Amino acid sequence: MPLLLDRKTKPQYDVIVVGSGAGGGMAALRLALDGVKVLMIEAGRNYDPVTETPMFHTPEMAPLRGDKTKDRPFGHYDATVNGGWQVPGEPYTNKPGTEGNFWWWRARMLGGRTNHWGRISLRFGEFDFMPKSRDGLGVDWPMKYADIAPWYDKVEQLIGVYGDNDGIANAPNSSPGVLLPPPKPRVGELIAKKSGKKMGVPIVAAHRAVLSQPLDWKNIPKQLFPNNPKAQEIIGKDMMLRAPCFWATDCLRGCSIRANFQSTTVLIPPALATGNLDIITDAMVREIIVDSSGKATAVHYIDKTTRRDAVVKARVVILAASTCETSRILLNSKSKDKAGLANSSGQVGKNLMDSVGTSLGSHIPMMENLPPMNEDGAGGLHVYSPWWLVNEHSKLGFARGYHIEMGGGKKMPSVGGFKGLDSTSPGIYGSKLKQEAMRYYGAQFSFSGRGEMIPNKDCYHDIDSNVVDQWGIPVARFHWKWSDHEIKQAEHMQNTFAELLEGMGGKATPLKGEAAIKKPGEIIHEVGTARMGTKASESVTNQYCQTWDVKNLFLMDGSVLPSNPDKNPTLTILALAWRSCEWLMDEMKAQRI
Amino acid sequence: MNNDHPSTMNRRHALKWLTGSAAATAVAPAIAAPTETEAAPLAYPLRSAFHDPDFSKPATGSWQRLLSQQELKTTKALADLILPKDDHGPAASEVGVSEFIDEWVSAPYEPQRDDSEVVRGGLGWLNTESFRRFEKRFDELGLEQQSQIIDDICDPATSVSPTGTKFFVQFRQLALSGYYTHSATWKHLGYVGNVTLAGAYPGVPQEVIEKLGLQDVA
Repeated sequence: MPLLLDRKTKPQYDVIVVGSGAGGGMAALRLALDGVKVLMIEAGRNYDPVTETPMFHTPEMAPLRGDKTKDRPFGHYDATVNGGWQVPGEPYTNKPGTEGNFWWWRARMLGGRTNHWGRISLRFGEFDFMPKSRDGLGVDWPMKYADIAPWYDKVEQLIGVYGDNDGIANAPNSSPGVLLPPPKPRVGELIAKKSGKKMGVPIVAAHRAVLSQPLDWKNIPKQLFPNNPKAQEIIGKDMMLRAPCFWATDCLRGCSIRANFQSTTVLIPPALATGNLDIITDAMVREIIVDSSGKATAVHYIDKTTRRDAVVKARVVILAASTCETSRILLNSKSKDKAGLANSSGQVGKNLMDSVGTSLGSHIPMMENLPPMNEDGAGGLHVYSPWWLVNEHSKLGFARGYHIEMGGGKKMPSVGGFKGLDSTSPGIYGSKLKQEAMRYYGAQFSFSGRGEMIPNKDCYHDIDSNVVDQWGIPVARFHWKWSDHEIKQAEHMQNTFAELLEGMGGKATPLKGEAAIKKPGEIIHEVGTARMGTKASESVTNQYCQTWDVKNLFLMDGSVLPSNPDKNPTLTILALAWRSCEWLMDEMKAQRI
Repeated sequence: MNNDHPSTMNRRHALKWLTGSAAATAVAPAIAAPTETEAAPLAYPLRSAFHDPDFSKPATGSWQRLLSQQELKTTKALADLILPKDDHGPAASEVGVSEFIDEWVSAPYEPQRDDSEVVRGGLGWLNTESFRRFEKRFDELGLEQQSQIIDDICDPATSVSPTGTKFFVQFRQLALSGYYTHSATWKHLGYVGNVTLAGAYPGVPQEVIEKLGLQDVA
């Protein structure tokens, strides 16, 4: 039985993968397709989007009409279950003296946070891999764009990404035929595009992991796995079973027809179909066990359903538990230097980065009184703005760029959706109020920025030795401070959004200073706490996610990212995991591991 | 599959790689020891109704409702005055607005608790005012009399009572939220989504593109 309902693992595996999200899911699939015997250990419960996703559920079927609460921070129907910035029994702390409390998102479920994300899938560009060479800040990656470009193609072909090739600097094109056609823009997106045109802000097709048409299941598997007929068959069959988007329901709910990318709909089903993957859910990893020669030999976990401790052995261990969980496991694992496992560089837990986030919206009069149009679309944005001032940083006063996400129009009505009537239509009630509501409904539009932050010595986590979670595992303790680069960047976003809104006929007052920037951790793009690099003295892994100190220990999630470009990290985590697993299998074959 | 792949090698070889050497195994008591402990009870339930709801069944908040029968009657009367049955859709009471407001003001969350004070205080104020002017409860008044009271507080610019106005603005907002989050109001509002569409996404109708002058970007 691949999903271990009896809670009993085999005593040993070729590879243990800790975590089931983008990195863990990809690693398990890639290895299992080549015959490697894999155990996946997931801290959350089993989760099946095909049967559990609330696809067409309407707000009146939900508590508080589906509104956000501290228990359901993205609303009742959000796909994340047993997760959020607070998880019962799993606290974290902030260090005294921190300038902003870090919010740590966890998704305790199979598929992790791939069940809840915007599906925005942007490749890091040529400049993103060499930031230090360009502006002297942060560190360069141990690889160039060209080194990973083929794996970006492979990932896009496997999961399905819509978008256009626009030839914009540092926003790389995909190889011909790789991207799916993007959906046409909605009316607000067209008005924004017109406003952007006046300002010189390019607004082009978004890149999102949503099937705008069926995948080419006959040809793609052959291209992806040329010498592996079994893999071709498994992937081909699985692609055939994925339906294209039917232009309804928000992607944040997940997708029962498997039109968008989730580890649970795209990676785990074919990985299980190989027969080479076992999964144990509700199993919280306490530490990695190392022998006297410094090799990882086993993983120690707690079975949450029985509170039983268990140890399972493997030849190779891959941590993909999510950035800060991976570094927490390393810091909690014993080793010779007592500074945590794989931490001879002292970099584990350091260099924590999130995206710089901010948003601004307004009422757009020209969107009033439009005829009814179905604007659900692909359950997320159809257009975006790549960073357009990539060569202008000397004039801007901050070092790195951002992309713009946007949305509005005739969305499914939500609690608070008519807040604008307080100012547009005070004192009105009765039939007249309904006419006002009809006039203003769907005439709002907003912009959100996602910007690159630079790693700094004040943003990190360590272990709080005074606090344990309900499993007795010492918790993460965070420290945070934005630098001027991030604050100025957020102000630039606010000013740009105000100008874009004005160009659309709206009006909004941009926020200034630190008030412009969202909370650290709020954008849920935290990366960097076990970065890869070229030297063991200043990084935790090599470019293949192998830790320098422990040759059979790999990290395949956001923790290895040396920088956090404005492009959301999921696509890159997938590409790195795929590339690293192929290297890992070569090393295993050559018996170097 | 390659024949020289580790997973296809025999078990003896696999074990040899796994343990590295006999010496290493001997000094790793954590592995040599029994690999399991006994089960123990949970400190927290594995599945919390709040964090991990069951989407298969419609549900409202599981908490106890606070509004009295009388408060509910006043709520219903005011919600129907604000959003009456007419050509633009059903009355507020037909789409569960008063039940929603009760659920909202009873909820165990901080923002809702703040609203609760304003709303329940306001419902009380409304009846006091109604008794003072007409010697009847608000829900017993005719539309004209109800409007007389509401007209004095509904507009912040002309209001005679800041407290009354704060209540009305808050209540109207909750009523609008409850009303338009019910799918029975969507057709009138102009929301036509939440249905499947076959083929490619249709985009913006040509007449809208022309009306808004978007030909150059469409």
